[in-house]
Amino acid sequence: MKEEDIDEVREGQERRLLKAWKVPEGWRYWSEVNNSEVGMWYTLTSLGFFFFAGVLALLIRVQLAVPDNDFLTADQYNQIFTMHGTVMMFLFAIPIFEAISILLLPQMLGARDLPFPRLSAYGYWCFLLGGIFVCGSLFFGAAPKGGWFMYPPLTSSYQPGVGADIWLLGLTFIEIASIAAAVELIVGILKCRPPGMRINLMPIYAWYILVVAIMILFAFPPLIAGDILLEMERAFDWPFFDERRGGNPLLWQHLFWIFGHPEVYIIFLPSIALLATIIPTFSRVHLVGHSWVVLSAVGTGFLSFGLWVHHMFTTGLPGVSLGIFSAASQAVAIPTGVQLFCFLATLLTGHFIKSVPMLFALGGMATFVIGGLTGVMVAIAPFDFQAHDTFFVVGHLHYVLIGGSVFPILAGIYYYAPIVSGKKLSERLGRLCFWLVIIGFNVTFFPMHASGLLGMPRRVYTYPAEMGIGGLNLISTIGAFILGAGFLVLLWDILRPKSKQPYSERNPWGAGTMEWAMKIPDRMWGVRSIPLIKTRYPLWDQPNFIHDIDHGNFYLPDAQEEMRETLITSTLDAHPIQCMRVPGPTFVTHLAALFSGGFFIFATYHWWIPTIISGVLAVVFIVYWLWTGTAWIPEKDEKNVGMGVSLPIYKSGPLAAGWWAMFITMLADMTAFISLIFGYFFYWTVQENFPPQVAGPEFFWPVTGAGLLLFSWILTKLSWQWNRKNKTKRFYACLLVASLMSLAGGIAFLAGPWVHKMDPTVHVYQAIVWVLVIWTALHAVLGSLMQLYCLARRMAGRMTARYDADITNVSLYACFMAVTGVITALVISGFPAIGR
Amino acid sequence: MKQLKAEYLFLFLLISCQGPYSALGPAGSAARTISSMFWWLCGAGLAIWLLFVALELYAILVKPGPHDLKKTRLFVIGGGVIFPVIIITISIYFSLAPLPDLVKMAPKGSVVVKVSGLQWWWRVKYPLANDQEIEVANEIWLPVNEPVQFLLSSEDVIHSFWVPSLAGKIDMIPGQTNHLSFTPTKTGHYLGSCAEFCGTSHALMRLDVKVVERKVFDEWLKKQERSVKRTGSPGEVAFVSNGCISCHSVRGISSLGKIGPDLTHVGSRRRIGAGILNNDANQIHRWIDDVDLIKPEAKMPSFKRLPIEERKALAKWLEGLK
Repeated sequence: MKEEDIDEVREGQERRLLKAWKVPEGWRYWSEVNNSEVGMWYTLTSLGFFFFAGVLALLIRVQLAVPDNDFLTADQYNQIFTMHGTVMMFLFAIPIFEAISILLLPQMLGARDLPFPRLSAYGYWCFLLGGIFVCGSLFFGAAPKGGWFMYPPLTSSYQPGVGADIWLLGLTFIEIASIAAAVELIVGILKCRPPGMRINLMPIYAWYILVVAIMILFAFPPLIAGDILLEMERAFDWPFFDERRGGNPLLWQHLFWIFGHPEVYIIFLPSIALLATIIPTFSRVHLVGHSWVVLSAVGTGFLSFGLWVHHMFTTGLPGVSLGIFSAASQAVAIPTGVQLFCFLATLLTGHFIKSVPMLFALGGMATFVIGGLTGVMVAIAPFDFQAHDTFFVVGHLHYVLIGGSVFPILAGIYYYAPIVSGKKLSERLGRLCFWLVIIGFNVTFFPMHASGLLGMPRRVYTYPAEMGIGGLNLISTIGAFILGAGFLVLLWDILRPKSKQPYSERNPWGAGTMEWAMKIPDRMWGVRSIPLIKTRYPLWDQPNFIHDIDHGNFYLPDAQEEMRETLITSTLDAHPIQCMRVPGPTFVTHLAALFSGGFFIFATYHWWIPTIISGVLAVVFIVYWLWTGTAWIPEKDEKNVGMGVSLPIYKSGPLAAGWWAMFITMLADMTAFISLIFGYFFYWTVQENFPPQVAGPEFFWPVTGAGLLLFSWILTKLSWQWNRKNKTKRFYACLLVASLMSLAGGIAFLAGPWVHKMDPTVHVYQAIVWVLVIWTALHAVLGSLMQLYCLARRMAGRMTARYDADITNVSLYACFMAVTGVITALVISGFPAIGR
Repeated sequence: MKQLKAEYLFLFLLISCQGPYSALGPAGSAARTISSMFWWLCGAGLAIWLLFVALELYAILVKPGPHDLKKTRLFVIGGGVIFPVIIITISIYFSLAPLPDLVKMAPKGSVVVKVSGLQWWWRVKYPLANDQEIEVANEIWLPVNEPVQFLLSSEDVIHSFWVPSLAGKIDMIPGQTNHLSFTPTKTGHYLGSCAEFCGTSHALMRLDVKVVERKVFDEWLKKQERSVKRTGSPGEVAFVSNGCISCHSVRGISSLGKIGPDLTHVGSRRRIGAGILNNDANQIHRWIDDVDLIKPEAKMPSFKRLPIEERKALAKWLEGLK
């Protein structure tokens, strides 16, 4: 071919790619689901919540500036500090990492998009709606005021307003969105890597995000389980935390901190991931000890689930528990030390290049080490007896979270600005921001260690002059305003008009990682062609890398059908296995998010009829979304993706992204279920006569229910086989019976406590049995719906013998449903028989 | 940044550690153990931090050139693994050694004090030899140099019992009795507060603790045992006729009220309202008038509607209950 012909081919490819990935214009812009748009909205929204919570922090500091102040009333103060913590944790710290990852991960992995763009969009709109709902309550004086930790019985029986319900339901809603994002990120990392990027060549950022997303799967569900129990107590008087009826307030603390401690690392690790990405760039060498860093991240993730009791050292646990958890908590310093020393070693082996991102990175590390050291101090049980719930801990946690998380995020903002907007942020403003932030931060939080040890408890709206801590608090307040000024500089730098500023050059920092291969300003296709990766730093180590990408010499250089496509590769070795079509812009996710939100928001006010209507509409729109937007039957089996490779367009089973998403979602679901089971056995361990001598649920109904669910699963599996063999009638018959059995199983479970007239408001035993059967029954109903869905898909010709992802995924669900049923039956029927 | 840090440290050392709420001016066995532990940790922490910052500065300023990869690997193993393992092992050993002493029970025959937390005050009971109990509120007296056993619980939400100069805190949880034991070592007057967020007026739940010689303690307890003699004074009449007795007990007048603090010897306490107002007739009057302003959402209603003379008489009578 002649040179001109080749150019013509390329132009045609680029035209088609651009058309496929075109962002809708006008008001339809908001229907976009592509990761760059959703990721950017997500990032900006969570930064917005950060500034909101920052203003709340300033109000707190004004109130505490002098002793006996009356700037805020006690009630206002309690709402404000609760919201400060809640918003920073749930609406900033976790979403910002998911946002940044949705924005950047596809670039880092050379993918065109994440596997489920509409799921990201749904998650984002849920987050926005839930966030506005939770924050808005503050302007009506109806905000939660039980602290971000919401300990009952204060929050269950002593705060009648709607605030606690807003917290419980509003945040459960947001947590579900967070789990959705975690599923998206895990599948994205495992299945959407470019060919050749074996798991050991994966960028360090992706490693951290994988660890953190998995942590979310196991950390959030216990909190959701706790939320369910606490909301049931508030709404229906089921006595889970009421000690007069067998409940126990400490169960909440366990569930909360099984979530709450990993949460700290969920916030901290992604930021360390940013450091691990930025530091090699400005040292011009590979990260020293890559595998050590990965192992430490994994180790930290594991350890973090075994430390939650150190938040409960003062609850009167036996000395042995204190000792074990104290030692384990201190041990976390070791993997953290490894990571920091690997960063230092990277600096040492390379050529250090000064830059604003490095200023934040190094300042952040120095700050974080202080938080880490005070962390070891409070991990020591005896010292914690004094420091716990004082301003010492306030100081400690802000050193960890701001030093370990906010500083790296600021470094990341300055580092990645050219990727997002095409333009660098100002070097001068960046330095100004850094010095204001680091000085303001230390002036604010260092004195808190002292005020805490001088007797200042946390969460006090005022303190008497006789405590002698007025001076320290005034210094803190002054510092807070310097810190605030620093963030204003950042805000200005982000928002200032930059139309006259030229675009940044390509790869402006000289980085070696994949995401910098993109053109600036970027094209919507994400990456011109999906490269073959051979090293961790391809821009440094693979010759002609950018040239080959740009010239479409790698995979998927074209979009012949003008559809959005990306590559799916195998989990470990990243062999290309599928050319997956991803759905484009839509408004159905907005409607699904709106009605999902409506369900939770109406439930907050106990408006049950709108709640039910909203819930049904949410299901309707989600089904419509699945029906029209997933498992498309392609016009041909395979297509040529370039480099002489031809790949199937449709996959089902363990090689496909959808199967993984179902599997991972069900892991999270099982974790929530196991947390409820944990509740059952927790009551058994703390009470002498649990289960008490009351009738029900006995054997018949639960065992029948479990049997039905088990059969339903077997039939689903059978119908999957009949479908493959194209035995249509048998398929329909099997699946219809399976669906009825699921439904009957659910009803049988409910019948257990129902026929024995177990009243859930009398004692916690009845209440926990009811919760377990309701949980199981809901899963059975959902299973029944899914089975009918597959039936309808086949009838409508949207599922065939060859293209069977729907029934494959549903039979996986049915397996989890059956396991849930069996465990429930074993616990509620079996345990009373041996436990009494 | 470094300069500022140094200034902080200086400031930090300048601040007197001896405030009435200070954990660093110990007057009890437990607080002393923890306070000395703190200074060790503080010193070690400072040294480690300086070392880390020095390494950071060395890497970027002093010798930013490329170093040998092999040597830096050793550096990672030494600094990132071996060093923390040694430090943490030492720290675990020394920090957990005092733990058994801090959580053990006081020997039999020690002074026992039962305290329960309520929104937002402290009910205090001293069990006597004859199986009776003396109830007081918001003020605890202890004999010096004798171990004391606290039995802590709650009657509503979770509170936390914390007198920093004497010992670390422990939570007061409904349905559960927690134990705290220590030996006060210095006579004096110490202050405590609730350390677990317990609702609107959490900040206004404070506690007075007096550590005195055994003789003084015995006299105090004797005095607390005594009932009030009926005199028929206008304050006493107002107390009974306005229903104060339905929540407050004044032994000798009525012992039925259990919702609010026992006021039998309220006049002898240093403070009223759980450590928030000075104890004199004026402040008691203020309290009766405006509870809801002084302590938001406290259970006690404000009694401004009573005739001024009655309120004055009440305040005077209560002040006189020494």
